Amino acid sequence: MALLQISEPGQFAAPHQHRLAVGIDLGTTNSLVATVRSGAATVLPDEQGRALLPSIVRYLANGRVEVGYPAQARQAEDPKNTIASVKRFMGRGLKDVGHAENMAYDFADAPGMVQLRTAAGVKSPVEVSAEILKVLRQRAALSLGGDLAGAVITVPAYFDDAQRQATKDAAQIAGLSVLRLLNEPTAAAIAYGLENASEGVYAVFDLGGGTFDISILRLSKGVFEVVATSGDALLGGDDFDQRVFCWIVEEAKLPPLNARDMRLLLVKSREAKEYLTTHAEARITARLSGGEVVDVALSAEKLCEITQTLVHKTLGPMRKALRDAGLGVEDVKGVVMVGGATRMPQIQRAVGEFFRRDPLNNLDPDKVVALGAAMQANVLAGNKPAGEDWLLLDVIPLSLGIETMGGLAEKVIPRNSTIPVARAQEFTTFKDGQTGMSFHVVQGERELVSDCRSLARFELKGIPPMVAGAARIRVTFQVDADGLLSVAAKEATTGVEASVVVKPSYGLADADVERMLRDSFEHAKDDMHARALNEARVEAERLLEAVRGALAADGALLAAEERAAIERQAAALAAVASGSDHRAIRQASEALNRATEEFAGRRMDAGVKRALAGKRIASLDL
Amino acid sequence: MSSHFELFGLAPAFAVDAAALDRAYREIQSRVHPDRFAHAGDAERRASMQWTTRVNEAYRTLKSPVQRARHLLELNGVDVAFETNTQMPPDFLMRQLELRETLAEAREPEALEPLLVEVRRDQQQLERSIEELIDAKRDFAAAAGEVRKLMFLDKLAAEIDLAFDKVE
Repeated sequence: MALLQISEPGQFAAPHQHRLAVGIDLGTTNSLVATVRSGAATVLPDEQGRALLPSIVRYLANGRVEVGYPAQARQAEDPKNTIASVKRFMGRGLKDVGHAENMAYDFADAPGMVQLRTAAGVKSPVEVSAEILKVLRQRAALSLGGDLAGAVITVPAYFDDAQRQATKDAAQIAGLSVLRLLNEPTAAAIAYGLENASEGVYAVFDLGGGTFDISILRLSKGVFEVVATSGDALLGGDDFDQRVFCWIVEEAKLPPLNARDMRLLLVKSREAKEYLTTHAEARITARLSGGEVVDVALSAEKLCEITQTLVHKTLGPMRKALRDAGLGVEDVKGVVMVGGATRMPQIQRAVGEFFRRDPLNNLDPDKVVALGAAMQANVLAGNKPAGEDWLLLDVIPLSLGIETMGGLAEKVIPRNSTIPVARAQEFTTFKDGQTGMSFHVVQGERELVSDCRSLARFELKGIPPMVAGAARIRVTFQVDADGLLSVAAKEATTGVEASVVVKPSYGLADADVERMLRDSFEHAKDDMHARALNEARVEAERLLEAVRGALAADGALLAAEERAAIERQAAALAAVASGSDHRAIRQASEALNRATEEFAGRRMDAGVKRALAGKRIASLDL
Repeated sequence: MSSHFELFGLAPAFAVDAAALDRAYREIQSRVHPDRFAHAGDAERRASMQWTTRVNEAYRTLKSPVQRARHLLELNGVDVAFETNTQMPPDFLMRQLELRETLAEAREPEALEPLLVEVRRDQQQLERSIEELIDAKRDFAAAAGEVRKLMFLDKLAAEIDLAFDKVE
């Protein structure tokens, strides 16, 4: 009761106020934003009523940026400055990008992530993605009539650490508070499972514009458990377009093409592919910049033939996911199809043959991921009362390891481990008097480090000189609920420590993110201080509300003086929260966080005890 | 730190009631999981991640026959010593050589699948023997020997898995 004094009525959110939360599907081809309104998940359209936002960004020389349909309309005309399918470049170096020679961009290979030269300067894929996210954020704020409390952003399940980190950085630059990065097939399973009240083992086959995921999930009352996931982060609808493009070039005997013609024919290729989903033949006509006219006919049969190897590429990951799950096709109750590319009849057929059952197509494959993300955002924002919410148990898609002698990768956390997960490994010095030790963190399944993705390198210094093999260096990997890794190393006998957030090799350094943030403000003529203040206030409100809720629920776990100490810090935060000093608000928030650490630990212990007590009572009923 | 069994309110035994373990795991997760604290303060989010990490580790340990057996032996003061104790009965080693030869010769998934079935059968046989030795006879030293064999087979199963990736 005493807590009511810390805030004036109406100043902070009431306990059951609905927080505005959205789910964002940041797709290779199209992006969407959805929310839960009056209990139902719904996609938020733009002012013209269009649900999809083409994931295309055009940079103009005057600093203006076009996103979506306007950019799409100009892509053949201005190919170098109009970036499509940027998701394929997230967290990737130039050598990892497939078909770079068939792309109309002006790439700049930077250490870590590939960059793109545009009329508005060199852009990182993170900045390009942030432009898409900004448009969706504005669309949501306009349509919901308020600032967003947070967003769930989906990523392909098979995205590695660098790609996930890049996505989270893009959200930060776009001014979104990320409640969680959610795997796309898992989001689809939520939407499908809740819609159909499904129970049992389901497979989600997700073939998007640029990525392929297959996830095996066990759905039971209120629990979505990912048992295994597999895929190919470089296989998607775009590759089918590429095959059609190559076929046209060969069929029409075209000479090497310029960027504009290349983009024009790629657009025509995509249209032909989509048309052949419901027709037997597609006519492809185009006038190239040199005046040559392309006029060819592609049959559905021919399309099947030239894309057969791509379809075949989905089989390996499907088998692997089932094997990892320890299940056979007969255990799978249904196969949910996600992603626009699953509309292709040859994909439907291949999946049907593999699982020996017709795939489930009753949800719109373009929207199902965004809808599931919105449902999860609604739960994470705390809008669902306990009992009506659900539990999501997801996994890490690729093993994490460390380089050992001879260029071999030693696995520290195996793939398909349920997250969050932590694992420690001990290493020792191999030379007398050795005072430093360097570590190389990698991700992937292969034995050789050179075949895995390099995530980070770091060094532990200041190890006291000892004989070889005497030092005990403990390296701890922690993967959080977003699937992001942090690594810490510690020498056990002396306590010398080093810790890294895994970013350097493929992601962006904090300084880069900060620079992009500044750049984006300069262009948007937004006020950085106003935003920092707003963010600090939102954070303070959220924290005060959480603490008030915790005290109301579990205040009995505290002695009177402990409670008084927390209330003092809460009152201090409430006092500065209405002021305009964002640093003071941050400091007071941190102080309140520190003051509640012990209380938080006790609440978790109490929760576990209650869980077990509940279980015993339940088992008595049997 | 208490044992993984205690965490889930289970009796420490190799034969574990899988349904009860699943139930306890989900019950605890539904109270400590980070998704429950996504809108809470840093202190609670940190505590939640630490707890969930621990619960996941305990669950993974009890789900895996090898890890569960090692945990039980540790609780009873017996080190499995897989790295140092490499002595294996000759008939077991002969059988391993045979299985590994089959693996080396396999060139397609159709050849790997029956091999995996055979390895699974051997694993199950060892698990029955470990259950008998730990739960009924409480002969932990003998159980450690069987656990070492099971770890051998687990490594082989992992290699078969890698071979699948190569041939597919």
